[in-house]
Amino acid sequence: MKPAGSIVFFTVASGAGYGLLFWLGLLGAGGMISGDGILVLTVLGLALVLVTAGLCASLLHLGNAHKAWRALSQWRSSWLSREGVAAVLTYFPAIGSGLCVLQGAYGWAVLLALVAAAGALATVYCTSMIYASLKPIKEWAHPLVPAGYVVLSLFSGAALLATLMALAGEDASVPALQALIFGALGAGLKWQYWRSIDTARPLATLETATGLGRIGTTRPLDPPHTQSNYIMREMGFRVARKHAHSLRRIALVGGLALPALLAACSLLVAGPVAALLLLLATALGLAGLLVERWLMFAEATHTAMIFYRGT
Amino acid sequence: MTCLPDLAPGQKKLGLVIDLDTCVGCQSCATNCKEWNANGMSAPLPDFNAYSAGAEGVWFNRVHSYEAGEGAAGKTVHFPRSCLHCENAACVTVCPTGASYKRAEDGIVLVDADKCIGCQLCAWACAYGAREFDEDEGVMKKCTLCVDRIYNENIPEAQRQPACVNSCPTGARHFGDLGDPTSKVSQLVAERGGFELMPEMDYKPVNRYLPPRKHVVPEHSKPVEDAPTPMDIKSSLLRFMDKVLTR
Repeated sequence: MKPAGSIVFFTVASGAGYGLLFWLGLLGAGGMISGDGILVLTVLGLALVLVTAGLCASLLHLGNAHKAWRALSQWRSSWLSREGVAAVLTYFPAIGSGLCVLQGAYGWAVLLALVAAAGALATVYCTSMIYASLKPIKEWAHPLVPAGYVVLSLFSGAALLATLMALAGEDASVPALQALIFGALGAGLKWQYWRSIDTARPLATLETATGLGRIGTTRPLDPPHTQSNYIMREMGFRVARKHAHSLRRIALVGGLALPALLAACSLLVAGPVAALLLLLATALGLAGLLVERWLMFAEATHTAMIFYRGT
Repeated sequence: MTCLPDLAPGQKKLGLVIDLDTCVGCQSCATNCKEWNANGMSAPLPDFNAYSAGAEGVWFNRVHSYEAGEGAAGKTVHFPRSCLHCENAACVTVCPTGASYKRAEDGIVLVDADKCIGCQLCAWACAYGAREFDEDEGVMKKCTLCVDRIYNENIPEAQRQPACVNSCPTGARHFGDLGDPTSKVSQLVAERGGFELMPEMDYKPVNRYLPPRKHVVPEHSKPVEDAPTPMDIKSSLLRFMDKVLTR
């Protein structure tokens, strides 16, 4: 599948934003984000900026973005629509909790932040299900895909929160520990996922796609058109195959294992050094997630291409 | 609504039956489809770089050619590919706007361009690659089963069929109600052992394909050299000898 830059950026940016929103609600309710309201508002602001930037980027993928509001209508059947609804609904408690902080109504702020955390998690899950529900793409319709999206969102959110808290001079050990846990979890999950898709059986063959298996082994003879077309460009992308293994290593080691290690180191030190380590971990993590998300598209194969390539 | 309509038993399911035995791969279905639909309800069907290298465009029919089997039992098969108007149409349920829909009355899967936002999720969800994106208008396009022909009272009744069916010079394409077991197309499918494509996807396509007929290879089918007729022998002496020796 052709990686669309807008969607790669969207899922990474809004994934991190929703992850941040999730941990803000959870750790805020646990009383682990102390200090003045400025830190809380900064975290909330960054989360909403990331989420909004991601959602705006996703509109770039549309052929008719001005009609995007229509995408909120079919939540009964469509995961994309559910994602849109969840994203819009999550804004209300998130902004509401910020307003409560400004008003000094901390009890309400915590409650609304918890609701926003639930909304954030639901939105990321809906995003993951858009991919996981597409049966013709075996690399996406995989049980580890939703888990991957959620875990990586929580990893990047925790890394961001830890960085912001450390920069504000707060004790960031709780979110740093979460970043460590979810970074390691994400690395294990992606490793397992890649192993699984490498050995997965094809969903269909040219013999079943054409029904000509009753005659014998089938192979393409003449293509239906001499030039490319939308299907071949969109579903037939295969630039990454050549570099897939090195890109996987970059995403796994540079984007997940190394940030987790840096987060672990930050637990041992304090002050500006910890902030620096966490900042580096976050930067590496987000860059690694861009690679991971790009690969997620580039490595995906579609059954429609069987008609063209025979496999 | 992008939820699929409930199917009653005997529900009308309009679709195509394509005979892989008689299809000669002439591309007339694809060409006539393009001609009709470039002016019909899905118009325009844009072309890009139409007059230069890399010319391509939106087409609803793509005719592949395959080789199946080995040796004398092997066959070259021409294989037209278009929307199969699936009962279990994932392209419809994934649509976030309700632009993609399956008609309850005849099962035709259509796109309402006014509602389509061009997210292309339906093209990703189609296992058969039947949907092609109109990059000019930013909306998805697909086979309409010529919904603007088959019910069109302004054209002669005999022509109220999809353009691809009308134009097929070998009669390899048939159109009708596959929900009615007594219809001509259903009987054809039953007679010839018509099959669905990629049944493992469970999309329950309505269109059916008829397999190539078994090729009968006569025994001792060594090529026989043609004996020359008297007319082939130009020399009168040789002609005379041929006459004498043949006797």
